[in-house]
Amino acid sequence: MSGIQESVVIRTVVRIMVPFIEIFALYVIMHGASGPGGGFQGGVIFGAGIILFTMIYGIKEGKQRMSNKLSRILSSTGLSIYAGTGLLCMVFGGMFLQYNVVPLLSLDPANVSKILIDVVEIGIGITVLVIMISLFFDISPSEEDELQLSEEEEQ
Amino acid sequence: MSGFDMIMVHIPLLTVVTPLIAGFLMPIVGWIDRKLCWYWVMAIMFVVLLMASSNLYTVITTGTIHYELGGWKPPVGIEYVIDLLNGFVCLIIAFIGLMVGIYSKESITKELPNKIIPFYSVFLLLITGLMGMTITGDIFNFYVFLEISSLSAYALIAMGDRGDGVVASFNYLIMGTVAASFILLGIGYLYAVTGSLNMADMQNLLPDLYNNNNKVVLAALAFFMVGFSIKVGLFPLHAWLPDAYTHAPSTASALIAGLMTKVGVYALIRFMFCVFTPAFVFDITRMAEILTWAAALAIIIGSVLAIAQSDIKRMLAYSSISQIGYILLGIGLANLIGMQGGLLHILNHAFMKCALFLVAGAIFYKTGIRNIYQFKGLGKKMPVTTLVFLIAGLSMIGIPGTVGFTSKYYLALGSLEEGMWIFVIVILLSSLLNIVYFWRVFDNIWFGHPHEVEHIKQDEAPVSMLIPMVILAALCIFFGLFAYYPLHYILEPLSEALIGSGVGP
Repeated sequence: MSGIQESVVIRTVVRIMVPFIEIFALYVIMHGASGPGGGFQGGVIFGAGIILFTMIYGIKEGKQRMSNKLSRILSSTGLSIYAGTGLLCMVFGGMFLQYNVVPLLSLDPANVSKILIDVVEIGIGITVLVIMISLFFDISPSEEDELQLSEEEEQ
Repeated sequence: MSGFDMIMVHIPLLTVVTPLIAGFLMPIVGWIDRKLCWYWVMAIMFVVLLMASSNLYTVITTGTIHYELGGWKPPVGIEYVIDLLNGFVCLIIAFIGLMVGIYSKESITKELPNKIIPFYSVFLLLITGLMGMTITGDIFNFYVFLEISSLSAYALIAMGDRGDGVVASFNYLIMGTVAASFILLGIGYLYAVTGSLNMADMQNLLPDLYNNNNKVVLAALAFFMVGFSIKVGLFPLHAWLPDAYTHAPSTASALIAGLMTKVGVYALIRFMFCVFTPAFVFDITRMAEILTWAAALAIIIGSVLAIAQSDIKRMLAYSSISQIGYILLGIGLANLIGMQGGLLHILNHAFMKCALFLVAGAIFYKTGIRNIYQFKGLGKKMPVTTLVFLIAGLSMIGIPGTVGFTSKYYLALGSLEEGMWIFVIVILLSSLLNIVYFWRVFDNIWFGHPHEVEHIKQDEAPVSMLIPMVILAALCIFFGLFAYYPLHYILEPLSEALIGSGVGP
């Protein structure tokens, strides 16, 4: 960590907050099938947690946890999960995203629907969180620019 | 049921989902090897073209296709409906997408060497958005795809000229967002009074409300008309269009100019005829009169402004504004012949304008010139490219034997049938203005002599750029001579269905 540092209070609070934010995000994603919530909202919250961390600890630290390569792969994976589930339903003779036709562990069709909706929500969540973070990285100045800016301010 | 039959049922959906999945897989494809990106786009666009053709063929032979997403029945679930109107528009999208895709190989490598992967991802997302807008039968789903296509278009434009591209994209973003908000408000109003989001269902529910002179429905119609007028760049609301077309990368200009506004016009037709009823739009509110007069103004003013431009892409952008006027004029006339002319012009304008923008891009690729007055001697340097420009330009003017003539002829006949002589004069005047601004370019290309003519060597654009341009120019002539095919198989029954009952076929 170089350059500007936020105060100890903020750093500590963020360090404690981020895991809770992300657990809440997972809760929202998993809640999608049976109540308000879902992949999009959950993904945004999850992404916001990581963005908060990056804002306080710097782009470099953030990028160590979410490299460009990883975000590319994850964004494709998330959508593939979603589309894959939809196509799976078609393979078993239903319409796109017609969950109840999939014979999964010989469960009740309604339960299969619930499980597969969760799978779809997870896929959406992954894509949304990665896109949120990569948007943030794309518009934020690099570490050197940031240092330069702060030096100019001091002068 | 064989495997083939199983997949045939899902073709309407796969037309939308294939480019979506492929667009998101692009980062992985590009990560393996950047050169694969183009082949991937080609493969996907070819598959999409086949599926769109199959859809249209099925519609012509067996009738409208319905596809229920997730197996939910229509008024509740999302339904994809393909009839003649959107089957036709989908085929145009897929075809122009493939042509621009072929062209993009060299052009993007030169203009955006570091952004190949994002460019192609966004390219496929734009195709997804446009396909989705066209195929869906659910108005909220329509809005989602509208946003997908608009956001992709903003991104494509922002990749263009350094600085200017971003500003143009930002202006477009503001205007586009305002338009999308109007459309969303309209959708919200309709949902509030009908409780349905399905287009066909809504058309059944709305007539009861017209009779009570329901203000909410009137407001919704007004919101839709304004929103779509911004999206298609109808004359008083066209401010975003010239900059956006001028500063986008050449490939993106061709794609956006060829498709975005056409799909906007499609949406306008769909909402006027298949959500509201023609009786409501044309007789009760007389929206059509406003539309035709705005279109007539757009035709004249677009052409006049095009004459004033020296940048070729900007000139073509203003010419687009006037051409959109032709399409909307045909629709606003709302008689059989005018309607056919307007719908035919969707096809024709997609070919002509795409070819012209591709030529502008090819000239820019080889010489770095966009100013018309520096084109001197190009006729000798790039004979094929300039020949394509000549054909597409003549077609735009409306010389008999090219596509432009057929649609203008139908539009003029349609105006006469309504007794609106003034529109015939508008069409004639605009054709003369078209000659003025195209002649300037022709004059510079073939008759303007640079100082050292003998030093000009033939230096043609790469073959991968020539192929799509030549195909489009050939189609401009083919459909000019054989306009019978699209008219007889698609547009006549379609216009009859739209005007007659008002219910989509």
